[in-house]
Amino acid sequence: MDPVLYNKIVTFDIYGSAIGLILIGLYALLVKKHLIKMVIGLSIIDSGVNLLFIAVGFIKGGTAPIFSPKGIELVQKGVTMVDPVPQALVLTAIVIGFGVTAVALSLVIRLYRHHNTARIDNIKSLKW
Amino acid sequence: MKKAIVILLLAVVGWALVDAFTHVKFGESRLGDLKNPNTVGAFYLQKTAPELSVANVVTAIVVNYRGFDTLGEVTVLFLAAAGLGSILYRRKEKGAHDTMILKNSSQLLQTGARLIFPAILVLGAYVFIHGHLTPGGGFQGGVIIATGFLLMFMAYKDYHVSHNILTWVESLAGVLFVTVGFWGLIFGGSFLKNTMGTGVLNDLLSGGVIPIVYIAVGFKVAAELTGVLETLLNFKIKK
Amino acid sequence: MVFNAIFLSILAVIIIASAIYAVAQKDLLYAVIATGVISLILSIYFFVMQAPDVALTEAAIGIALTTIIFVITVRNTSRREDEVPVTKEPDRGDEN
Repeated sequence: MDPVLYNKIVTFDIYGSAIGLILIGLYALLVKKHLIKMVIGLSIIDSGVNLLFIAVGFIKGGTAPIFSPKGIELVQKGVTMVDPVPQALVLTAIVIGFGVTAVALSLVIRLYRHHNTARIDNIKSLKW
Repeated sequence: MKKAIVILLLAVVGWALVDAFTHVKFGESRLGDLKNPNTVGAFYLQKTAPELSVANVVTAIVVNYRGFDTLGEVTVLFLAAAGLGSILYRRKEKGAHDTMILKNSSQLLQTGARLIFPAILVLGAYVFIHGHLTPGGGFQGGVIIATGFLLMFMAYKDYHVSHNILTWVESLAGVLFVTVGFWGLIFGGSFLKNTMGTGVLNDLLSGGVIPIVYIAVGFKVAAELTGVLETLLNFKIKK
Repeated sequence: MVFNAIFLSILAVIIIASAIYAVAQKDLLYAVIATGVISLILSIYFFVMQAPDVALTEAAIGIALTTIIFVITVRNTSRREDEVPVTKEPDRGDEN
């Protein structure tokens, strides 16, 4: 297959799905009125941004950054290793995204217990 | 009307992102020269094996070169678990356990859960003990152990893990992490500096304090997430 | 090479379709399962881009834990998005 076309297809796939996830999550956060839908949108934005980070750190023809016996052999043959710094950053970001989702969902449960509804256009009073 | 404004805003954001990322070509090497490094990624790739004798470069970055950020991440997880426990607090009478799961599940799930549960615990422990040799580490191993406990919670309706044990394990693991940091401060000159002797590459006992820190993190994350799941599953809204 | 291109294109179509389904579906339990499918395909992407630690973390956290806490929340609140709330006195009995 033509390498330029292959490059174009892979670039469009990975960048396209990351930017598509960010835009779809943003739409859910802005338009929807049910609180759980908004938290789902927040989680989708997290996934999209993490994919974008790892996509920037990828090097074509590279291998995983681990110095196992097979890895040392590959490095001596001249194969480069993928950038390890975005991977360390995304490791932290995934765990913190999960923490934010957990606290947001506990707030939704608490709000439902108080007002007996989870849609924000049914909650009309400003205080309890 | 509102939807039209939102779609306009999304088009602007999408155009800005696409325009920014056409200048970042996919798959191009931005590391520079690997023998004389002048970027951060190349520096870490070159210095990990000779200096630290650790095989997994991402583990070395997360625990050793950027160890303070891992301390911050463990703190954020702790705050999330504490916040969740305090938001869903409900005063109830002593000894009562109301749970969302109303009856025991089928015989197949009960037997299967009891057979698989020790295997999941061993897999989680393997993943966080060998964090510096293979892909894995403290966070991954802790989450796998919490998933094993979740399987037992869903199979049996009155399976409880005492909160006392979970609290003690979590607190002691956190104290161990900070103690390792202060050890580095006293004997090495900076917080979390690697002071123990590093062994041979690809050995189990190599890398100085890195396996100790990851074992502490693994225990802490496992105990924390098991506590969070038990809080959520024992919570019932009176209808 | 052809196989690689077709494989990545199919995965991209599945991710975008699951995301649109998760946002548009009114039954919340199905939307939560679609979010789990997004995490699954994302973990395959991370593996293809030579990042095994990140793939392990995303698989463990995104598929197992996020789905279960969403399901517990849906169980404790409403199941459908277009709910009509039953008007009753709000529960003030547990304010401490």
